[in-house]
Amino acid sequence: MLTVADAVAGFRVFDGLPRRYQDLIAGCARFVRFDAGVAIFLEGQPADRFYVLRQGRVTLEVFSPERGRIVVQTLRSGDALGWSWLFPPYRWHLDAFAREPVAAVAFDGACLRGKSHADPELGYELMGRFGQLMLARLQATRLQLLDVYAHGSR
Amino acid sequence: MAAAEPAAGPLTPRPARVLGRRRETRDSTTIWLEPIGAPWLPGQFNMLYAFGAGEVPISISGDPARPDRLVHTVRSVGLASAALCRLRRGQYAGVRGPFGSTWPLVEARGRDVLVVAGGLGLAPLRPVVYELCRHRRDYGRVALLYGARTPPDLLFTRELERWRSRIDVMVTVDSAAPGWTGDVGVVGSLLSRAAFDPAGAVAMVCGPEVMMRFALADLRELGVPEPATWISMERNMHCAVGLCGHCQLGPAFVCRDGPVFRADAVAWALRVREV
Repeated sequence: MLTVADAVAGFRVFDGLPRRYQDLIAGCARFVRFDAGVAIFLEGQPADRFYVLRQGRVTLEVFSPERGRIVVQTLRSGDALGWSWLFPPYRWHLDAFAREPVAAVAFDGACLRGKSHADPELGYELMGRFGQLMLARLQATRLQLLDVYAHGSR
Repeated sequence: MAAAEPAAGPLTPRPARVLGRRRETRDSTTIWLEPIGAPWLPGQFNMLYAFGAGEVPISISGDPARPDRLVHTVRSVGLASAALCRLRRGQYAGVRGPFGSTWPLVEARGRDVLVVAGGLGLAPLRPVVYELCRHRRDYGRVALLYGARTPPDLLFTRELERWRSRIDVMVTVDSAAPGWTGDVGVVGSLLSRAAFDPAGAVAMVCGPEVMMRFALADLRELGVPEPATWISMERNMHCAVGLCGHCQLGPAFVCRDGPVFRADAVAWALRVREV
């Protein structure tokens, strides 16, 4: 049977992390499931956790009164969901909805922050990994903003 | 005795009747022409002449197994391309070609294949997808990763569904109105979801240059060597036979030595301003 520690060890975001840190992180984690259509979190709510998806699709959305739900990104198996748990005031900046039945691992933000304070090397590792994630998302967002398909013959 | 007509050279367009057309998106149209000229291979292009408007290079987007029609998908961005998009059945376009290099379907045999397309870049890659689907057993894992601006800008949507039974097809758009149930995000984000052996895979990439630059960086990061990646370049092609120099790219002419290049030969050009 797959344990949370096994699942954590297999996630891209924790690739190459010493096993002792993976185990520390797994101590703050549990398996979760969401039905299709369920809001995993909503903008403004306390961001007390993050997720790594094992199965199913999740959309990151912004709600606009004029345009309704606007999807800004789709996440899938292996993707990490949420970084607002790392930064005060620990509130979600976007909405996240399960587009289909989702299986994930949820990580308790306060638990991880506590372990990071106790062991700054773990905190450094986590910050570095989430920094990479944010950099990749920022680059992707810039590319979306460039609207590269709008001009030229391609 | 009637004098023999001189053979048309590579600089002389020959008239080809329009057999049919389909509006693909708000600005792109596929036209079927009667077959003219030599047999073609995936990746090659023709110079299409809209009479009274001008001539433009257009990649062949049809099925290599259908020699009965010459298929091009044209985006209306200028005088000549707009005139081509307006052509109706029974009218004529001028055709020169086929010209240029081809996608590495032979080199890819037995290996995993990544087909990465952005926007209208799917059109020059469609013949590759037809071939990969037709000869599926000759290749390893095959994934088509396709990104477009919005859902209405997606090309060949019915075929994308059909191809899913033969290869892994992933589609994403940069932005979508409410109601879109597919993925939103850049095409590079699909790469980490595709199943392939980075060291042994072959990648074929076509789209706007900025998109290709980002895709090449993503492929490098995932471990696909640049010599195993091919891209299709686009430049200001006029003569199409390497004479006029308009499409010169360093030591190469895109019309004659390309449009399909191994990435390590031309990736530098994607980072140079005003080349």
